[in-house]
Parts: sequence; structure tokens; C-alpha cells
Amino acid sequence: MRIVVIGEGKVGYTLTRELSREGHDLLVIDNRKDALVQVEERLDVMVLEGNGASVKVQQAAEVGKCDLMIAVTSADETNLLCCMVARKLGCPHTIARIRNPVYAEETYLLREELGLSMTVNPERTTAKEIFGLLQYPSFLKREPFAKGRAEIVALPVRAGGKLDGMVLSDLYTSLKVRVLVCAVERNKEVSIPDGSFRLEGGDHIYVTSTVQSLLQLVKWTGMETQKIRSVMLIGGSRTAVYLARMLADAGIHVKLLETKPDRCEELSSDLPKTEIINADGTSINALLTEGIEETDAVVPLTNMDEQNMVIAMYANSRKVPKVVTKINRGEYCALLPANEAECVVTPLQLTSTNILRYVRAMQNRQGEGVMTLHRLVDERVEALEFRVTQSTRYLGVALKDMPLKPNLLVALITRRDKVMVPSGSDYFAVDDSVVIVTKSDRSFNTLNDIFGGGQKV
Amino acid sequence: MNYRMTARLIAIVLRFVALFMLPALVISLILGETGAVWGLLITMAVMALLSCLPLPFPPRRQTMYARDGFVVVALTWFLISLLGALPFWISGAIPSYVDCVFETVSGFTTTGASILTDVEALPKGLLYWRSFTHWLGGMGVLVFLLAITRFTVGSGDSMHIMRAESPGPQVNKLVPQTFHSAQIVYIIYIGMTALQIILMLLGGVSPFEAVTLTFGTAGTGGFAVRNDGLGSYSPYIQWVVTIFMALFGVNFGIYYLLLQRSVKKALRNEELRMYLLIMVLFSLLIFVDILPLFPGYPGDALRHSCFQVASIMTTTGYATADFDLWPQLSRTLLVVLMIVGASAGSTGGGMKCSRVLLLLKSMNRQVRRMLHPNTVKHVSMDGEVVPPETIQNTFAFLSAYCLITITSVCLISLDNFSLETNLTAVLSCLNNIGPGLAAVGPMSNFSAYSDFSKLLLSLNMLLGRLEIFPIIIAFVPSVWKRARG
Repeated sequence: MRIVVIGEGKVGYTLTRELSREGHDLLVIDNRKDALVQVEERLDVMVLEGNGASVKVQQAAEVGKCDLMIAVTSADETNLLCCMVARKLGCPHTIARIRNPVYAEETYLLREELGLSMTVNPERTTAKEIFGLLQYPSFLKREPFAKGRAEIVALPVRAGGKLDGMVLSDLYTSLKVRVLVCAVERNKEVSIPDGSFRLEGGDHIYVTSTVQSLLQLVKWTGMETQKIRSVMLIGGSRTAVYLARMLADAGIHVKLLETKPDRCEELSSDLPKTEIINADGTSINALLTEGIEETDAVVPLTNMDEQNMVIAMYANSRKVPKVVTKINRGEYCALLPANEAECVVTPLQLTSTNILRYVRAMQNRQGEGVMTLHRLVDERVEALEFRVTQSTRYLGVALKDMPLKPNLLVALITRRDKVMVPSGSDYFAVDDSVVIVTKSDRSFNTLNDIFGGGQKV
Repeated sequence: MNYRMTARLIAIVLRFVALFMLPALVISLILGETGAVWGLLITMAVMALLSCLPLPFPPRRQTMYARDGFVVVALTWFLISLLGALPFWISGAIPSYVDCVFETVSGFTTTGASILTDVEALPKGLLYWRSFTHWLGGMGVLVFLLAITRFTVGSGDSMHIMRAESPGPQVNKLVPQTFHSAQIVYIIYIGMTALQIILMLLGGVSPFEAVTLTFGTAGTGGFAVRNDGLGSYSPYIQWVVTIFMALFGVNFGIYYLLLQRSVKKALRNEELRMYLLIMVLFSLLIFVDILPLFPGYPGDALRHSCFQVASIMTTTGYATADFDLWPQLSRTLLVVLMIVGASAGSTGGGMKCSRVLLLLKSMNRQVRRMLHPNTVKHVSMDGEVVPPETIQNTFAFLSAYCLITITSVCLISLDNFSLETNLTAVLSCLNNIGPGLAAVGPMSNFSAYSDFSKLLLSLNMLLGRLEIFPIIIAFVPSVWKRARG
């Protein structure tokens, strides 16, 4: 597909990289020469210098002949204008980043009137993600599948816990519900396990099943964390505002620490149900005074990664049951000790994955391909959702008889709204949707690519 | 440097080059040229074997930086030159290996300078291979690789290779992905080659000559298959070759624009305008200058002047007449054309019109600055501001170019030929033309030079084809440091 990206900031760059890796034709527009030089050096894309909202520039970029235009400049208004111009020039799909909460609440109207296909709001997406993690505090990560009916979640294996030293096939037989461990991260190495895999303390496992089954697994292991009733947010960023609203609506008590008095005034008028504290969240004294030792969860949401990491580490040392760390530059996460950053949220990654999903869905309308895509373990493992069609090979053949390529798992089969964790005797039928888990160093474009002996990709 | 990835890429190139020897092998088999058959077979086997060496060492990471791109290109060209020379040597057609290397480098770099005194005595299979090296070298071996395999998706690494191998001060992609861009260029290239072969066949030459001469034209190489070059072909053939030489010297981006129906944009291209202007102007000047040599036949004079201008300017180096015997003005003008060369992004060599244009423009700006020290003025081309680095690169290229010419002329003077011979020999090799003047004129060859001079001239050809910097970078020791992991 031909895609134009306007605005090559952090999100723009990540998106460009991901999309060009998927083999799309990309053209990048920005008015800063240095950003363009960087992107042209590192990625296989074309660049154009200029104001992306200008009709002339968009005409030079032939936006009218493109399949998709994504506006992710730092200004919401520019993004909206970019989309309007692109629509007028005949671009069928437009995506804009809208961050200002004032516009964000009006997205429905904006979408209708301006013909936007999608708006992305990184702050709200991040807040939603954190909210989901606080809802089920046992999970380190949640990825919903099959319209939310099934999930892949990350769980830690505690040393000396029930899972430590357990062989996976034993786990499956002793558990009443069906779950599937589809990836294990051990000492920064990822593997796709089979039944004979033995778990060790310190592993992170990625388990897939329905939410109910997963909760039962957690209960069975005895790792269940009690429900969260109070949350301490540090830093009054936009994300904090969105999150505080969601938490307050769910009846959870929120305490928000913010350094600037002016901002506190604004926050207190915006968030009537939230307790706003004018204090420096990076000072240990303030944290102790405000009760970090009593709260159920701490979420540092300042705009500085370093502060967030330090606060998270301190919260961990005070044995706060649930700590979610927001980090913008995901690449440095790998340097943190595993137990210090179990639960990390990266807004950049969330936003670009959201847009990637839209692009994949667009492609899907054009042919058979990946319906949704999820990336786990720092993008090293991919979970891909496919639809089974007439042209799928080995229809009706039991999984155990299929010549599957090594190192991949069939994690879920959804048939007529019923989600199944497959066993060896299950099979593919037309119109099923199937989730495949594999390492991301190879790419599958269609479902048939998972079979060995077929065409290599 | 990423050794494993470099080795893998070179291995793939070797495999393709070995495959490309197949037609030559078939020709030799049909004609029963035993020596050539063995020469080609052994070379293919050696290449296949060498290409298997990196197999046990798969690349640990795919990333390549700009410096790796330069090194891959330089290494590939050295290696295919040394290996491509083997068939001539093993078959015994050219007894000295240095001569074989000179001939092969001359082929791949599309120079067309030869050490053969009797071309017609060479086995047909080897003649075909010799001409095919022009075709492959013209657009680039690695660009061909980029067009058919997609070894990295998404990353900008492949562009580093394309930049290093394609000629011109600014190498830009035609479409967002390097892979597609390389494909488009090769499709245009193959299409135009096919068209010329058909037109040549219509002119009544044998299929073998049609194909080999077209390869020589398309790559702007200049290896002929008859001893008198193109002198003994019909005027029709000579005109066809003239037109196609001129066409292959145009930036292929222009053809893409034409295919996109952006005719206006294509015609507004400043380099194209300059290229055509110089070509027409010099043809007319030489036409008037040589008119007295063809009394009563102005048509012949026009044909010869057009042919020679197109041939020298696009750095092909075919000859229909011994222009060494022409008046001094024409000879000098031809030497000027040697230096100017064809367009960027074409198969031709030389300085390239766009570089000359950039140099003239920045000179103009400098003069203005001296007059009005506070002037702020950008150098622009095709309506866009040329970045200062590009201008600096162009000046650096010019300095390196002059330095190499002077050093080479000094060194080959050891063989005691006249200054005219030595200077035009070096210019002809560095600009990938083929013939020079005096003792290396169109009707003579380079066989009189010593082995040392031949190797030096071969290096000049490689420097000229890859536009100097990749070769220099390959000799910088720090580039060869192994990366951890």
C-alpha cells in the first residue's frame, strides 16, 4: 500500500519503521530537514520537506493516489488540517493524532464532518492500557483477542511458587480449565515452549485463554493479588487525567501528586472525585507522607522516563502490590533488572500498534492476511490472528497431524463466537479465526505460511 | 564492519555472475570452441565454490551502515573483475593474466579499452561474455541483486549499496522502496536493450553482432566485435547506435517520469537540457570542422561527427572513423567531452553533466559573493535547493579526480609514451570511455603498455566507474574493524 506519514517525531518514526518493515511504500513529510535526513538514512522510505498541511506539498506527494495518510505532527490542528486536505485530494483513509482532551471528546463529530477514518490519542490509549492492568493486577500485560473474548497475558513465575519447576504438560493436566503457555521469557531469551518445557522461578510466561480461565489459573497458583481499591498517581499529565477519570468511574480511590500549584488548580476542577496533592512525587518524604505504604498501586506518570523509573523502583522497595511504569523510550527497558520493571507501558508502542492494526485490517479487506497483530516480549514474539478461508490447506485435519513449521503454536481457535484453546485433536474449519504465536524474526503473511513444506517466505 | 553480511551478499553476486556465463557457454558449445568451453566451465565452478564458502557463517545481524555499503560494492567489483578474467586466461585466448584482468575490468566498468590486437580471433563465446560484462556493469551488479532479492525489508541499508554503486552526485529513489526502484531501472534498461536489438536485426546484421553491439551500447561500454570497430557497418546501423548511445546516457529517472506521463517535468530537468545542448553544439562544431575531410559528402561528415560526439560523451567509445586523424579542434573537443561525460543515473561514466552544472553554479555563486559579500544565495537545481554537503562532495570529487589523473599520468609515463598518449589514456580509463588519442587512438589499443601501467589503468577504470569514494573508503583501515556480536 502507499502510505504518507506527516510529522516525523517519535510516533511518526516508530510508525514509519514498522510500516516500511511490513513492505509498504512510505513517503514521509516533515518541515524539519534533520529529522528527514535521519529517517532516510535508516529506513527504506522516500522523504519530502515541507508543510504537510499545504495543498501544494500534498499534491507533490501525490497524496490523492495514496491508500492512507497518517498525520502525527505535534499540533492537533495541523493534523486535522492535513486530513481535510488529504480527503479533498482524494485519499480514501486518513488517520490523525488528536491529543487535546477538548477535541478528543468531540472526535465523533470530527470524524463525521472531516471524514477521518481514525483518530489516535496516545495519552488516552495509555490510560486505558494502565486501567486494564489495574483491573486485573495479577497480569503483567494484557492483549485482548477475538473482540475481547480471549486474552494473552503475562504472568511471573515466582521462585518457590507453585509453577516453579513445573513441566507444562503436567500443568495442563492438573488444571481444570484449558490454558496454553505460548511464550516464555527467561534471562532475556524468548522461547516458544512445547509440552515438555519446564518452568523456572524468574521466568515470565505468556498464557492465552479466556479471561475467566486465566483468573482461575492465577487463583490456582496462589499468586492472586487482591483487588485494587486505591491508586496513587504521580505527575499530573494528560494521561493522569484520563486515567483518574476511568479509575474514579470504577469506584477506585485516586490520589494524584503534582508539583506545580497552577496545574493542581486545573486538575482539581477537572477531576472533582480525585484527591489532588500539591507535592513533589519524586521526594521520598512526600511519598511516605501521602501513604505509599498503604496504597494498593502506584503509577508514575511524569514526563521524564528517569523519574518514572526511580519512583517505580522505590515503590517496589516499599512492597507496593502493583506498580505500573510508563516509559516513553522503550528501548532502555531491557537494561532494567527484570523484577524492577515487571509491568511497563510504552505509549509510543501502543499508538503505533493501534495504527498498525488499522493498516492490517485495511489490507485484509483487500485479500486474505493477518487480521490483527499483537506483539509481546518487547516485540520479539508476535501473535497473529488469521481467518480460515476455503483456500487454507489442511482444513479439517487434526492439529497433531498438520505439518506445522517448528517454533510456532496455534494458540486459539474461535468458531462461531466460541473461543477454544486447541488440543491436538482440534482442526481448522472455514470462517474460524485462528491465533498463531511465533517469534518475530520470521513473518507470516497468510495462514498457509505456517505449514512446512509450503512456499517459503 | 559486518563481515558475514558482506560475505553473504558477495556470494549471491558470484552465483548470479556464474549464471550469466551460461549463454556464453552455450554459444561456445554450439560452435565447438573447446578452450572457451573449459575456461567458462572452470570459472563457473570456481565461482560456485567460492559462493558456498560463507554458507557456514550466516549473518548474525542484517544491519549494514553506509560504510559497509561502500565496502561491499568495492569488494564485489574487485572480485568479479579478477574472476571474470579467468575464462580468457584458462581458455588461452589471452595468454597474460594481467591482460585478462585489464580486459575484464574494462568490460565491467563499461570502458571498452582493449589490449587485443585482433578481436576477431577471439572465440565467439568469450566475445559474447566480454560484451555482456558491459551490460551488467552498466547498471550495476549489486543494483541487479537489489532488484531481484529483497534481503532487508524496511531498513535503509539497501539504499547504501544503491548509492555506492549508482553514478551521480545525488542518488535518489524513484519510488519509496529501493527494491522497486531497482526493478524499475532494470525493466527500463532491459526494455531499451531489447528495442535496440530488434532495430539492429532489422538493419541486417547477424544476431550475434546485434546482441553484442547492443550490450556495448546499452552499458555505454564500447567493445566492438570487428577489428575496425563500427566503421564497416551500414549507415543505418551507425545511426541506430548513435541514437541509442545518446539515449543510454540519459538519467533513467527521466524515462520513469516519461512513463508516468510527467513529460513537462522530464523536459524541465536541467541536467537533461545541458546534456542535449552540449551534444548538439559539439556535434555541429565538429561537423563544420571535419567537413573538408569529406568533400562532397556532408551526410557522412554529419554522421561521423554525431556518432563520435555521442560515443565519447556517453563514454561508450565506439568509433566509425579514426578521429585521431581529425583536425586539432575536433580532437580537443572530444577530450573535453571525455571529461564532461554522460548524465547521473545513466549507464555512462565521466564527471557527469549534473556535477559540471553544480560546479558552474557554485562558481557563479562564489563570484557573486566576492562582489557582494553579504549575499545569501542557495545553489538550486530543478527548482530545489542543493544541500551544501552535496556541493562539498562535488568539490571533493573534483579534487580527487584531478589528483588521480595527475598521479596516474606521472606513473604511466615510465613507459615513455608521449604526453598526449598518456593523458588521454588515463582520461579515457578514468572516465570509462575506451579509446584515447595518438598511440591509444580508436584504431589502436592498450597492448603496448607495461603490466604495471595496465594494472594502474584498470584501477583507474574501477575508480571512475564507482566514482572514486567507494574504492578509497575500502582502503581506510578503520572500516575493516570487526563489529562485536
